Amino acid sequence: MSKVVIIGNGISGVTAARHIRKNSDKEILIISAETEHFYSRTALMYVFMGHMRYEDIKPYEDWFWEKNRIDLMFDYVSHVDTDNKMLEMKSGENVTYDALIIATGSKSNKFGWPGEDLNGVQGLYSYQDLQLLENNSRDTKRAVIVGGGLIGVEMAEMLATRKIDVTVLVREDVFWGNVLPKEEGEMISKHIRDDHHIDLRLNAELEEIIDNGNGRVKAVKTKDGEVIDCQLVGLTAGVSPNVEFLKTSKLEIDRGVVVNEFFETNIPDVYAIGDCAQFKETVNGRKNIEQVWYTGRIMGETVAQTICGNKMSYNPGPWFNSAKFFDIEYQTYGWVFNELKENQADYYWEHEKEKICLHLIWNKNTDEFIGINTFGIRLRHDLFDKWLKEKASIETVMTELRNANFDPEFYSHYEKDIVQGFNDSTGKEIRLKPQKWWRKLISA
Amino acid sequence: MAEQELNFSVSGKYAQYLNLWQKLGMILALSGTGIILITWGGVSLTNNAAWLTVVILSIFIGTVMFTYGTYAGKTAGIKNDGVYFRSHTARGAIGWAVGIVLTAFYVFLYWFPSYLGYQTGVNGTNEGLIALFDPLSYFFKGKPASQWFVYGSIYTLVIVSLGIKFIVKYRHNRYHIIRTISVMIAQLGLAYLVPEILAGMNYNDVSQGGEYLGWYDADLKNVWPLDYDFFYGWHLDAMQQKAYQPIGMIYLVWGILLFLIVTPIITYFVGKRWYCSWVCGCGGLAETAGDPYRHLSSKKLSAWKLERWLIHAVLVLVFLMTAVTLYGYFFNTGTFFGLEIYTYFQKPYGFVIGAIFSGIVGVGFYPLLGNRVWCRFGCPMAAYMGIIQRFKSRFRITTNGGQCISCGNCSTYCEQGIDVRAYAQKGQNIVRASCVGCGVCSAVCPRGVLKLENGPEEKRLGNEGPIVLGNDGFKIEK
Ligand SMILES: Cc1cc2nc3c(=O)[nH]c(=O)nc-3n(C[C@H](O)[C@H](O)[C@H](O)COP(=O)(O)OP(=O)(O)OC[C@H]3O[C@@H](n4cnc5c(N)ncnc54)[C@H](O)[C@@H]3O)c2cc1C
Ligand code: SF4
Ligand code: SF4
Repeated sequence: MSKVVIIGNGISGVTAARHIRKNSDKEILIISAETEHFYSRTALMYVFMGHMRYEDIKPYEDWFWEKNRIDLMFDYVSHVDTDNKMLEMKSGENVTYDALIIATGSKSNKFGWPGEDLNGVQGLYSYQDLQLLENNSRDTKRAVIVGGGLIGVEMAEMLATRKIDVTVLVREDVFWGNVLPKEEGEMISKHIRDDHHIDLRLNAELEEIIDNGNGRVKAVKTKDGEVIDCQLVGLTAGVSPNVEFLKTSKLEIDRGVVVNEFFETNIPDVYAIGDCAQFKETVNGRKNIEQVWYTGRIMGETVAQTICGNKMSYNPGPWFNSAKFFDIEYQTYGWVFNELKENQADYYWEHEKEKICLHLIWNKNTDEFIGINTFGIRLRHDLFDKWLKEKASIETVMTELRNANFDPEFYSHYEKDIVQGFNDSTGKEIRLKPQKWWRKLISA
Repeated sequence: MAEQELNFSVSGKYAQYLNLWQKLGMILALSGTGIILITWGGVSLTNNAAWLTVVILSIFIGTVMFTYGTYAGKTAGIKNDGVYFRSHTARGAIGWAVGIVLTAFYVFLYWFPSYLGYQTGVNGTNEGLIALFDPLSYFFKGKPASQWFVYGSIYTLVIVSLGIKFIVKYRHNRYHIIRTISVMIAQLGLAYLVPEILAGMNYNDVSQGGEYLGWYDADLKNVWPLDYDFFYGWHLDAMQQKAYQPIGMIYLVWGILLFLIVTPIITYFVGKRWYCSWVCGCGGLAETAGDPYRHLSSKKLSAWKLERWLIHAVLVLVFLMTAVTLYGYFFNTGTFFGLEIYTYFQKPYGFVIGAIFSGIVGVGFYPLLGNRVWCRFGCPMAAYMGIIQRFKSRFRITTNGGQCISCGNCSTYCEQGIDVRAYAQKGQNIVRASCVGCGVCSAVCPRGVLKLENGPEEKRLGNEGPIVLGNDGFKIEK
């Protein structure tokens, strides 16, 4: 019986293990140095805010692993010896494998800022980071967060619940401006600033972090020369693959572990998935390093097939994602970039009073629907997945917009208004179809 | 082990800073509650009408002020900050204290009403807490209060006051607003005012003394088998009594129709939520007063196993007990195969299920086991509708493709202890007998993954394969 060893008990590694177990009787061992059991990284913020306890963010009960014959090891892999198919552990133990899956995730970016290693300066990625934040935030009156992305906004929300004043330094001229179009970015910036009283500084960059004389942060200085007193600095300017420990091995490492579309590395029987994998060639127009939850899951689902003898390449469907900015939920399907690409047309709709909006992108020559962003409106993934795969036209999407709505029952509907505005601005004549059971739009 | 080291701010910085409105509201509501406790402790007040007005107004206005203080300055949205840091909502000392007081109240209510002052005065007049409610009872029906009248009045006051709090808390979510208004109207109107007014009209016969003869739970929506004494002889007789017509017969026919026809049909179309989260009094209390405790329900697989045994056992018991009761009624006998029906069937059911389970454990243990213990583990009506909902209904909670990030908010805040995440992260829909359709899982989900909806039964279970939407790599037939 062959033995599969997985480094990393995040969503990628655990999904791979579950699917290998579904399809085979192989011995499976998952190694992690972070926590004993798999937990949901995406939910760290809720533990800090008191919505849940640590045990609530574990997707499986602790008996699950033994019942499914998935062995767990709480240790750090310090060296991978691919010649002898062996892992050297920090504890001194050695572990052998027949197949190895590297799923070690990411670490927070640091860009060599002066003072970035001071006490009170930290990222938010791991469970240990959360513990650190608990300690660092205790006597904090003001915190400065560097970087306006998804983790940055989570950190701002977390600290605000502890009555800490928060300043966020964002390089772009709207929040998450390297991803969001200006309109959405402005709406979200307003929400963060006006509704949640976060001191949001746009077009602001970190110059250095200032020592209080005892190795602890006392202030930050921006590129404009402004000094902001603070007791905590959150570094949330992105993450990058956690692969330092592999640099002593024979594995090809660039920014991440370099793999092909089968997750194969340069060494036979060694695979890499999830945040830490870097594709030689991008797959389906996606980035070559994908750092989201569901791609980790899909990679786990897929590599398990290969390991169980059913060789399979990575083939994710149309892009989608979601997030939440304080009170406002965000969903996206297809591609919406911060700026229109060639031949693209768009239509943006925003509610008069409330912070609800929708942004559509399509090809202005062929009318092919390309992507949609919504804030404050939930949409049905199944329908958009189908439309994007079929290369449906913008007309189809607009006519069926009612069916695509996924908001809870009794919510206000804005489709009429949206289609009206769309017709006015494009000169098209879309007639909204009445709502019917959404599955009828999905052929069996 | 790293997992155990984390020590979050239970007593640290997060300590609850109450703002002025919250403090004033709390003081006001607690002083109203304090008067109840003082009279419960045996103190009889002289001007009950005035004091009762003070009690009702202070609890109601105090709650509204507290609600204002809690939510007014905040944006609309999910408000679960600090739930697990507060002693009150995290099974801390305050939670235990509230649980003990509630439990004690139920013990006295069911078995020692005299300790609440019921008929302890000269010539069987009321004292203490029961006497406090005499003026209101006289107002409705010209009779002194019973412990059940006191209970019904407090119960209604609590649902209405805390219903307002719930609505404000979820003001961004119209599903919650509407169903909470529904539950408040059902309790205030159908369960309280209508029966009391009917009682006033029909049984104003003081000559009979003590408790009136009619059916005091003449609540149109209180359906057998939850209302387990509906088919008891005295109840059937009362409904047929000449003096009470035509209302008596209407109640009788309606009660039977409600169970046999109305319930299965509505449950088929919209799931059991129409009753559990929109109408029912037990559900109403759970959703309003119990809301702060909803996360305390156990999500363990073992709890689910226990649930399935218990709730269906209660369903079998109530059928048995009622069958025997009807046998006795129609054959005009007090025994069944030599066993006294009252002693061996009705009394144990009423004692164990009616009192201990639905009252003491069901409500008394809110701060310890969550707000739906009774609805989840005990209620035979829920069991009955659950079977329909699971096997023959258009209701389901749809999972939105591959959007779930396994965060666990849905499972945590499911008062029925359903591990919603276990389904959502596999792209499966949630089709569970116990789901009361409260809609909170859908509300707390930060990624817009869950939607309660009614639709054709085809593909009701959602994704059946092991692969979740988003992966086009392969399809595996199940
Ligand atoms: C705060 C936060 C919020 C997020 N929110 C979202 C979201 O809402 N939606 C979304 O799509 N994505 C979100 N993400 C991103 C998402 O969590 C990641 O993409 C995903 O967790 C990556 O999974 P993984 O399995 O590849 O790696 P990880 O989850 O990082 O797991 C890797 C594990 O390997 C361990 N490990 C690494 N090296 C070693 C070693 N040498 N020896 C032993 N163990 C080792 C690590 O300690 C870690 O436990 C969020 C991330 C963070 C930090
Ligand atoms: S599954 Fe959702 S709707 Fe059903 S009871 Fe639980 S929280 Fe309420
Ligand atoms: S709350 Fe939403 S995202 Fe979180 S586990 Fe539940 S369904 Fe998934």
